[in-house]
Order: sequence, then C-alpha cells, then structure tokens
Amino acid sequence: MTSKYSAFSVLREGLRGQSGWCKAWRSPKPKAAYDVVIIGAGGHGLATAYYLAKNHGITNVAVIEKSWLGGGNTGRNTTVIRSNYYYPASSALYGLSMKLYKNLSKELNYNVMFSQRGMLVLAHSEPEMEMAARNVNAMQLNGADAILMDVADVRKKAPLLNFSKDARFPIHGAVWQGSAGTGRHDAVAWGYARAASALGVDIIQNCEVTEFIKEAGRVCGVETTLGPIRADAVGAAVAGHSSVLAKLAGFKLPITSYALQAFVTEAMKPVMDTVAFSPAYGTYFSQSDKGGLVIGGALDRVPSYGQKGNLPIQEAVLSGLVEMAPVLAKVKLLRHWAGIVDVTPDSSPVIGPSGIDGLYVNCGWGTGGFKAIPAGGYLFAHLLANGTHHEFSRPFDKDRFVTGRLIDEGAASGIAH
Amino acid sequence: MQLFPCPFCGLRSEGEFHFAAEAGKTRPVTTRDVNAEEWAAYLFDQKNEKGATREVWTHLPCAEMFIMSRDSVTMEVLGTQTLRKLPA
Ligand SMILES: Cc1cc2nc3c(=O)[nH]c(=O)nc-3n(C[C@H](O)[C@H](O)[C@H](O)COP(=O)(O)OP(=O)(O)OC[C@H]3O[C@@H](n4cnc5c(N)ncnc54)[C@H](O)[C@@H]3O)c2cc1C
Ligand SMILES: [Zn+2]
Repeated sequence: MTSKYSAFSVLREGLRGQSGWCKAWRSPKPKAAYDVVIIGAGGHGLATAYYLAKNHGITNVAVIEKSWLGGGNTGRNTTVIRSNYYYPASSALYGLSMKLYKNLSKELNYNVMFSQRGMLVLAHSEPEMEMAARNVNAMQLNGADAILMDVADVRKKAPLLNFSKDARFPIHGAVWQGSAGTGRHDAVAWGYARAASALGVDIIQNCEVTEFIKEAGRVCGVETTLGPIRADAVGAAVAGHSSVLAKLAGFKLPITSYALQAFVTEAMKPVMDTVAFSPAYGTYFSQSDKGGLVIGGALDRVPSYGQKGNLPIQEAVLSGLVEMAPVLAKVKLLRHWAGIVDVTPDSSPVIGPSGIDGLYVNCGWGTGGFKAIPAGGYLFAHLLANGTHHEFSRPFDKDRFVTGRLIDEGAASGIAH
Repeated sequence: MQLFPCPFCGLRSEGEFHFAAEAGKTRPVTTRDVNAEEWAAYLFDQKNEKGATREVWTHLPCAEMFIMSRDSVTMEVLGTQTLRKLPA
C-alpha cells in the first residue's frame, strides 16, 4: 500500500487505477485509557495531538470528535492566515504560527496550499491612516512584516477595488502584510490527522464527550457515547462549545458563542490575487484557486449555537462587498454557511489550565483561529506534556481576566475578532 | 429577518436590537472588600448556555431595556419581561 505522497507515487497510482493508496488515517476503536485525551478534532485538537507525538514523544493519545474531523470551524472558515497584530504577545503567537505554516506542507507530506499572496487592510479616512501608521509601527517593532501603503500602491495591488471619489468610504491607503495569505482549511485538518495517526495517535470520530470522570476533584477521563475513556490529562479544543464542556466540568469561561458567516461565489477567471479587508465596510474577500470569491465579515450580534447565519449580517457583508468592488455586483453566490465561534472580551484566545486539575483548555479563538492552528497545537501540546506554559502561551492564560492584563486586540489593532 | 418583541413597541426587526448581557448577574456589594476573582467573575465569566437563555436586550429606537428568553440553538423567542418598575 502507498502511504507517502510524492510525484512518483501519484504517477504510479495513476497508472494502476488508484488502487494502492492506503487510508489517510486509521479509525480505531477507543482504548480504555490514554496518556492524553484531546476533545475536538478541529485543527487545534489535531495539531495538538501531532505535536504531542512529534515534539514530546507522547503517542498514547486519543482525539475524540463528536462529528467528523475538521467539520467544525476549521472546515468552515475563510482561510486567511496573517500575523498583523498589535501587542508583542500576539505577535509572538501568530508569528510562530506563520513560521510553522511555511514549512507545513513538507513537514506533514500533505499540501496545505499555504499561499502567501499578501493582505490589504484598507484605511478609508485620514484618522484611519493615522491609526494604520501606528499599527504598522507596532508590527514592525514586534518583528512582523507590515508596510503602510498610499492609494497608488493599493491600486497596483488590487485594481479591482473601488477607487472612485464617489465611493461611500473612499480608499486612502492600507496596511499591507506581504507574508499573509490563505491556506486550504480541510487540508490543514486532514494533514495533521494523517500525520498524527501515522505517529500512533487514535482519532475517534462520531464519539461525543458527554461527561467528565472526576476523582477527588481531579479530571481522570471522559464519558463518551462509546463508553468511558480514562486519561492522565485531558485537553479541550472545542471552539464554540467550550462553555458547554466547562459547564459539565464545573468551571466558567469568559466566552460568548456567536455565529460567523461566510460566502462563496461561482468560479471566475482570476480577478483578485490578494486578500482585502475593509473594517469600515465590514467585509473581506479573496479568490480561491478554484476561482470562487471567498467572502466574510462581522459576527451576527445574537449569541447562538445554531450554526446558521442571520439576514442583517448577510446584507451588510454583501453590500459592503459591492461597495468595495462594484464590478462584483453581478457575481452569483454559490454557497453560504456559518460556524459557531468562541468570542472572548479581549479578542484573544484562552490557553491554559482550566482551574480543575487534569483538564486544560485551548479556546477563545473566535473569528481568527485558523491562522493559529499550528501555534495553538504546538503550545497546547507543550502545556499538556509538561503541565506548565510555554512562554508564548503564558500571557493567554485565563488568569489575565483576574490580573487585568488583557490582550485587547479588538481595541488595539482594530481587528474585529 | 427575524422579528424580536419589544415589550414597548411590539414586533420589530432584529437589526433594531442590541444584546446587552446575560440576565441574572449581581454586581458584588462594595460595602465590603471585593477581590479580583469576584470582579473577574462578575465582569467576564459567561454561562453562554446552549438551549434556553435569559438575556438583557435593548430595543435601540425606544431605548427600552428588557429581558428576553430565547433558545440559542433554534433562535426561537420564548418570552420577554420588562425591566420597568413603578416607584415604591
Ligand atoms: C465563517 C468563518 C470564517 C472564519 N475565517 C477565518 C479566517 O479567515 N482566518 C482565521 O484565522 N480564522 C477564521 N475563522 C476562525 C477559525 O475557523 C477557528 O478559530 C478555528 O477553526 C478553530 O479551530 P478549533 O480546532 O479550535 O475548532 P473547530 O474546528 O470548531 O473544532 C472543534 C471540534 O470540537 C468538536 N466538539 C465539540 N464538542 C464536542 C464534544 N462534546 N465531544 C467531542 N467533540 C466535540 C466539534 O465537533 C468540532 O469538530 C473563521 C470561522 C468561521 C466560522
Ligand atoms: Zn421598543
């Protein structure tokens, strides 16, 4: 059976009718006990399992998923990868993620299609240009690549945009991050799953965690729809459902779950080879390799677990798109969907001990955790293996809400997540 | 477009409403010392219930604040309750 992907193996399998490929990952029955159990086979859970095995030699690991792997937000996001944040702690976190993404296809032997096509964050007024300059300075000081562009530079990067003087929000310039881009969301989940499985990790799909097994106040495992599974340490990476698990375990999180919507249009010839985001219009878009525009915007402002979006935001996002690039007004939508995202008060994630012994959390990524999957997994694996923080995850512990050391990226870099 | 009921104006478009907070939180009594954990719990922790919820909403055009009970999965409105009180 062929397990490694290469030009040679693709050619050989092509010649013998694709009959020799082995399954990308095993689907074993759960064992009675593991060293580590991870709840949630989204990108963060799967990456955590992979780095536990690869960086820490801990391979007796199960990832438990109530549905199919990658079917949560990881398979629903608009795939923008960037590190244009304001605070040093965020810059370190998302910078690590970019670094890992760069080599990920090779490392996983799986093409995650990381395409560094650059990203424009548009500024539509003089005050916005001043804020943009402040952000660019902060990013440069933190070592992230960012430059301030005037309107002529923006026009060169994305001639499709609305440079008319009559535009509702005329373009004054932009923050450009050239190393930002997009990736293939499913491939990130599948690539980590395949690589983790090859290292011995058990991925158990269609298995829901329904309760925690607690002894003397310590979490010692989970009850699932396939029976009890014991573990020395349990890590939860369940995004929008973090509060549901927290309630089962008996601790609280500073998280509200909201629906976030996205849209894909019919495929077209290439019209846009970068990502553009307009905070003023509340819309961003890019063009996938298939040719469809991938469009996103703000959260629905109604707390929700419904996994479907509301009409007011659809109207706002799509009218924003038409203002950003009027030429796209006639393009037809193909699909539209929503995911349930886990939003924190400071728009930064929560990584750390849950407050209950034996249970750790990786959540609060809100609308922006796809870009952070490699770093989230890397740092969460460190925490689960050692019981203590990596220096990069330390600032993101939930104790920041008690000490007051919030990492308010919503306010600082004006990025709505 | 979903319609939400304002106890003052009746059924109006959801876009006119603002989610303010979960209902039922009590501000710590400051006649005694309140520690950082208690403030953090009051300010930041959320129940974030899946299913039946009780929340404080504002109807922006009339500025009415009221409690709305909803189902956070089906998005069905289960009832409203005004916060207006007559003077004692
Ligand atoms: C429309 C949309 C657009 C987005 N765009 C971007 C973007 O452009 N860039 C970016 O960086 N981020 C983006 N995001 C955010 C990003 O998708 C998420 O932050 C990220 O995917 C979270 O990954 P995760 O592994 O934590 O969660 P998920 O992928 O949601 O995985 C969590 C898993 O846990 C499982 N689970 C839940 N409860 C249980 C249980 N009790 N037992 C077992 N399993 C359970 C779920 O089924 C799910 O598969 C977007 C999100 C959405 C919805
Ligand atoms: Zn009203």
